[in-house]
Amino acid sequence: MSERVKITIDGKEAWVEPETTILEAARTLGIDVPTLCHNPALEPYGACRMCTVEIVGKGWSQLVTSCNYPIRREMEVLTASDRVVRGRRMLVELLLARCPDAPLFQEMAARYGVGRPRFETQQADLCYLCGLCVRVCHERVGAKAISFVGRGVEREVATPFFKISEACIACGACEFICPTGAIKVSDITDKPIRPLPLEFDMGLRGRGNIYIPFPQAVPNVPVIDRAHCLYFQAGTCRTCEEFCPPHAIDYSQEDEFLDVDVGAVVVATGFDPFDARDKPEFGYGRYRTVISGLEFERLASASGPTQGKIKIDGKVPQDIVFVHCVGSRDKQQGGEYCSRICCMYTAKQAHLAHDKIPGSNITVFYMDVRAFGKGFEEFYDRVRAEGITYRRGNPSEIYRRGDRLVVRAEDTLLGRTVEVEADLVVLATGVQPRADAAEVASMLSLERGEDGFFQELHPELRPVDTKRRGIFLAGTVQSPKDIPDTVAQAKAAAAGVIVELSKLRRKAE
Amino acid sequence: MKVDTQEFAKEYTLLECIQCGRCTGGCPVSLKTSLNIRSIIYECLIEDTVDPSRLDVLWDCTNCLTCTIRCPKDIHPADVIIGLRGYIVGEGRGLPPRVRDALKSAFTRGNTLGYATEGRNGWVEGLDFEVPNVLDAGETDLLYYIGCTPAYDPRIQPVTRALATVFRRAGIDFATMGVDEQCCGNEIRRMGEADGFQGLVEGFHEMRREFKAQRMVAVSPHCFNAFKNEYGEMPFPVYHYTQMMADLLEQGRLKLPGEVRAKVTYHDPCFLGKHNGIYDEPRYILQRIPGVEFQDLDRSRERSVCCEGGGGRMWAEGTNIKDRLAHQRVRDAISMGAEVLAVACPFCLLTLEDAVKTLGLDSQLRVMDIMELVQKAM
Repeated sequence: MSERVKITIDGKEAWVEPETTILEAARTLGIDVPTLCHNPALEPYGACRMCTVEIVGKGWSQLVTSCNYPIRREMEVLTASDRVVRGRRMLVELLLARCPDAPLFQEMAARYGVGRPRFETQQADLCYLCGLCVRVCHERVGAKAISFVGRGVEREVATPFFKISEACIACGACEFICPTGAIKVSDITDKPIRPLPLEFDMGLRGRGNIYIPFPQAVPNVPVIDRAHCLYFQAGTCRTCEEFCPPHAIDYSQEDEFLDVDVGAVVVATGFDPFDARDKPEFGYGRYRTVISGLEFERLASASGPTQGKIKIDGKVPQDIVFVHCVGSRDKQQGGEYCSRICCMYTAKQAHLAHDKIPGSNITVFYMDVRAFGKGFEEFYDRVRAEGITYRRGNPSEIYRRGDRLVVRAEDTLLGRTVEVEADLVVLATGVQPRADAAEVASMLSLERGEDGFFQELHPELRPVDTKRRGIFLAGTVQSPKDIPDTVAQAKAAAAGVIVELSKLRRKAE
Repeated sequence: MKVDTQEFAKEYTLLECIQCGRCTGGCPVSLKTSLNIRSIIYECLIEDTVDPSRLDVLWDCTNCLTCTIRCPKDIHPADVIIGLRGYIVGEGRGLPPRVRDALKSAFTRGNTLGYATEGRNGWVEGLDFEVPNVLDAGETDLLYYIGCTPAYDPRIQPVTRALATVFRRAGIDFATMGVDEQCCGNEIRRMGEADGFQGLVEGFHEMRREFKAQRMVAVSPHCFNAFKNEYGEMPFPVYHYTQMMADLLEQGRLKLPGEVRAKVTYHDPCFLGKHNGIYDEPRYILQRIPGVEFQDLDRSRERSVCCEGGGGRMWAEGTNIKDRLAHQRVRDAISMGAEVLAVACPFCLLTLEDAVKTLGLDSQLRVMDIMELVQKAM
């Protein structure tokens, strides 16, 4: 290891590796130096001059860009001297004159006390030639689809001959990294842009190629989406590796199959939500404001895509309709059975909507309300007392009138067909066996009922056991059920496991 | 007139009904008349007897099948209407006069329209080739079933001729049953005349033993539906013409060198779409016509709205003749900027064109059969 070098920044001392840049050294000391064209994943560039600092010697001083100035000898650096700050203010003024519409520079101008630029301002330009897009495309993506063209005031970012790029892979790195929103993938290529939806948030927001699936994920670590990761697909990028301080990214990890000897197995593989696209009369997948119960759940969640604010495309709905029994109690689509959770989750969601959107008008269309659990009927009473309208009749279709939705139903108590206009319709989508249930059942040699859920040994007396000794069922794998019932069954399954294991131990002794 | 509801409810599996209201909620005429099939079913479940002759609204139903495809318990409410109409037809009391005339004409003249039997071949006038008769030839590849309205109605005859022209150009060996062709009975059955319908079915099967055919095609989705679903075992596959046109286009046997420059939308006929699930073929044909700018109506496919031409409604006016669903359909087409509203059914063509004329919107929208558009591009 080479000799460390001492550096003094704003009076603070540090020993750093030679060739460390002043910027890196300052950041290890917790000193904030503003940057615009710097990105740790890219080679230092020194284009924007925002990171300029002052090196002070005996009787001399020099302004340098800290992002690409390596420390070679003991040096003293000032990051906020009068000279530095004066220079920065001038820079901000010039940048604001170039890109007066860029919020980034408007914020910087406010921070550095810069008013209206004294220079002639340009219109509708957001690019300030930091080169982040060009560099990420060349250094990380490797596509080299864009570069700088022209000289002096003509300089700009463009594709070769200003033509739609063949080389571009539509990864979106340029658009992602651009600090001012100046570059759009759709200007570079006509290849389809494939958004990556975050599955846990029902696609209501996007995700990266490396991401933590959801806040309560076990284990709670990021995963790499190999089908889209540039490194796995093209051998390039490796940016995440650069950003991870403890160097935890390991591209060589592979799926492992483990053989484990066990005395008991609990099958708790859960359910799939009904896909409302299978009931085309409701226009789900066609109208953005027709959503599933699970999507509403994410919209109403504080950790969801809207931080718990119920809005779609920025609009807060005023008239909301909930539709019961979508994919449940239905011989034609979904299951013939009652999904058991939708009545109460709809009541809860109607309550949440009422709570979060004051003055909203909420209608719930139902066939029967099955509020059978402890405290459920009381909750159903409370929700109606809040002013939420329950109308008996299951809607038959949803269509558009202007920019609103129309829910068409018969109010069977009135014996009259009604058209209820709405800004948002929430479909109480039911519970289905998992798509891979047949595979799992055959792997474990278990039986499934006619409805597709796993078969318990006896519907009344052995509700968690299966025909195979030592294999137990818990939760919605066995039938639709709510959280209290799932917890109760899970505890019963755990008790079954303990009995099984103690028998095995006694036999061994 | 009394219907024993216990027997009736069993026959139509009404005991499974949970009164959810999806049938009436989706029923296109329930917004304009007091027809409420859910409450009729309820009456059949609760009362000992019902009297269909006091239910004027039974004749409002178009048999579009929305109620049936929406029913979560797989009950067939549209068949309940047919069943109840059957009692009225059986006794004759309360039968709308035009329905009575149509039924009578179907049995005496072989067509529902009151025209002379000998005129059934009149549609061939203007063709520059002979259309062979399968009963003379004894054998054909394709049996071309014309149907009453396509044979007699001057507005539909060009569609019937266009189809024959395409078959000829594609080199398909086809023939018709000429003046011996009988009404298919689809509408007869749906007006409640079950026995008469059975007579037509038997008549057809008897006649088709006299010739051989590989396949059969119908102009109207109504005839197509009857032969495909209600004629028992058929000796050859039955197609609607849109299925054949789509195939011919795909195989390159039908070429469309011409152009139809127009913004076109499409109205799904109930007997093609909801009854038989044929949604893609008509759209495929329209999108293959050069110059056509195709756009779907908001309410399309499974959510399409009936034109009120089915279920005997070409003869029975129903209880509300002021408000017509076809008017709304035409306004919807115009508001989306369509210049042509394409259909693939003679009844849809007549009802929708009637709506355009009544509303005085001839200058804005044309109603055309898909075959008319195809012919323009040929």
